[in-house]
Amino acid sequence: MTRMRTMGLVAGVAVLTAVVACGKKPVAVQRPMPPPADTSGTTLGNTPAPPAPEPPLPEPPIVTPPVSPEGAIGSKNLDDLNRSSPLAPVFFALDSFEVSAEGRALLQASAQVLRQQPTWQVTVEGHCDERGTAEYNLSLGERRAVAAKTYLVSLGVAAERLRTVSYGKEFPFDPGHDEAAWAKNRRAHFVITAK
Amino acid sequence: MILIPRMLAGLALATATVVAVTSAQVPAPGTAQPQQPADVGIVLNGERGQPPRLAVPDFIAAGADAADVARELAQVLYDDLAFEGEYDLIPRDTYGSIPPARSFADAPFDRWRELGADGLLIGSVTRNGATIKVEMRLVDVRSRRQILGREYSGSATNPRLYAHTMSDEIHETQSALKGVARTKLTFSSDRVRDRASNTVESRNVKEIFIADYDGANQRRVTVNRQLNVFPSWSPDGRAIAYTSYRRGYPDIFISLIYQGTMETPTNGVGQNWLPAFSPDGTRIAFTSNRDGNSELYVMNRDGSGLRRLTNHPAIDSTPTWAPSGGQIAFASDRTGSPQIWVVSADGLDLRRLSSESYADRPTWSPAPYNEIAFAARTGSRFDIKIYQVDKGTTRQITFGEGSNESPAWAPGGRHLAFMSTRNARASQIFTVRRDGKNLKQITRDGNNFTPNWSR
Repeated sequence: MTRMRTMGLVAGVAVLTAVVACGKKPVAVQRPMPPPADTSGTTLGNTPAPPAPEPPLPEPPIVTPPVSPEGAIGSKNLDDLNRSSPLAPVFFALDSFEVSAEGRALLQASAQVLRQQPTWQVTVEGHCDERGTAEYNLSLGERRAVAAKTYLVSLGVAAERLRTVSYGKEFPFDPGHDEAAWAKNRRAHFVITAK
Repeated sequence: MILIPRMLAGLALATATVVAVTSAQVPAPGTAQPQQPADVGIVLNGERGQPPRLAVPDFIAAGADAADVARELAQVLYDDLAFEGEYDLIPRDTYGSIPPARSFADAPFDRWRELGADGLLIGSVTRNGATIKVEMRLVDVRSRRQILGREYSGSATNPRLYAHTMSDEIHETQSALKGVARTKLTFSSDRVRDRASNTVESRNVKEIFIADYDGANQRRVTVNRQLNVFPSWSPDGRAIAYTSYRRGYPDIFISLIYQGTMETPTNGVGQNWLPAFSPDGTRIAFTSNRDGNSELYVMNRDGSGLRRLTNHPAIDSTPTWAPSGGQIAFASDRTGSPQIWVVSADGLDLRRLSSESYADRPTWSPAPYNEIAFAARTGSRFDIKIYQVDKGTTRQITFGEGSNESPAWAPGGRHLAFMSTRNARASQIFTVRRDGKNLKQITRDGNNFTPNWSR
């Protein structure tokens, strides 16, 4: 909580600074990556496992951001940036990993954004609706993520900037159980992890 | 106290008046029903070939502080015996007219006979601070002869374990049956309702849990607040391999649950999921995208000796080992929709087994049955089906109540665990007999997924 508040505050200051310094080099705060996974995540099976103590969270370091051609988008912190979804999700048909014409148009727009933001690193998440099995959907989501990545790479985005992760049907975008929800959940979703 | 399945640390197994029994024999593969052991001295019989009718009254409590334990031991033992189905159990709420025994000597055998009992399971429990002493006798009600006697003493922290041990010993000596009363289930659960910390979307994490086979003693294994899914027991019951997103992508981790340590056998190569221990525990089959798409691999438990089993642009995933360790069944969509396939453990002799509209999560039964259970799409959801490998035929054991997926065999192959949404859309773990009867709900807290049953 403290960290979130600190981040929000710092981000607010950063946005203010950017607005005041309009036209000049924007000052922003780079959000630190999550702390590395701890390896103490297992406990004795015979006693109720207490939650692991939270590792101390480092204060976000103040760093000079790279020069961005678009001040507004470049000055957001990663959470705000991802909330604004600058890279639109791409949706798929049932049991399919083929990028549709509509999907290709969206990916062309995303490729354009990525050309303008050459420092962004992106995780391409593959997701499925709830109708398949959890096991198969992990592979199907992987195919969807790879299909989206492959198309972006064909448009000139460097493959090293795009990492794929499948979440199968674990994280539906819409928790509903109807066709409208399922259509939203069969998707490749883009998360900017560094900028 | 650390308890591990089938090895009871801190629980002295003192034999009191024990009938001479040598090691019970395991039925030969292919035998449909477990046979009577050849070397058993005395076996309780039912009338005219019927299963013996058993009564299991509350144990005799030596002292008021043992009364609760005396009742619990009898109830757990009754439930364990009912689960295996080898006995015709006389319901415990019909014993009211029979005066409770105060000692083994004054059990009213005539009254138990009137109730139709062939056998009486009587026991006693003495509590001494943090330890208890438990005595159990199986008596032939007609001849009043003792069929089996056991005495245990040890910690009082988990009395259920004494009842489970009694049940397993009764089945082993009377039916040459390896009972499951001391086995455990592992599964994935969202019950902690934690949210993943590294995302702007609201995402519930899943952690790995374990429970006794009957759902008691549910405990959390992982505490990393990420997705932790598809747990799989090591054959010795001391480790659980699973898929965790703790590094931001799916990879295989092995938690040694009684040591509190963890192993990472894939050494950071590719993304890896759905681990399955070989029957001898030395190898792990798994799915990986390390060569560009979902393929099957086998590695030694320490990550060495990697071997690729499949090579196809389609999805190959979800391996399960044959009991011999010589073959692996898996799911592949190389002919369109996912189906169950089998390949030898060296990657040869590939063939398709299922002809469903959609089939996934094969799980190969232990001996003596040679069957592969899987989830098959039936209408808009899934049901559990079982493929008989020798006959090439398929039967179905769930029928459209919710979606029924991710089956896992009990050791001995007489029961299955699976997950089902039959109760109000929440996903819960159930166990069921291999014929689809005796359904039992194991979890109730949160949503629970992908069970796996310890050996």
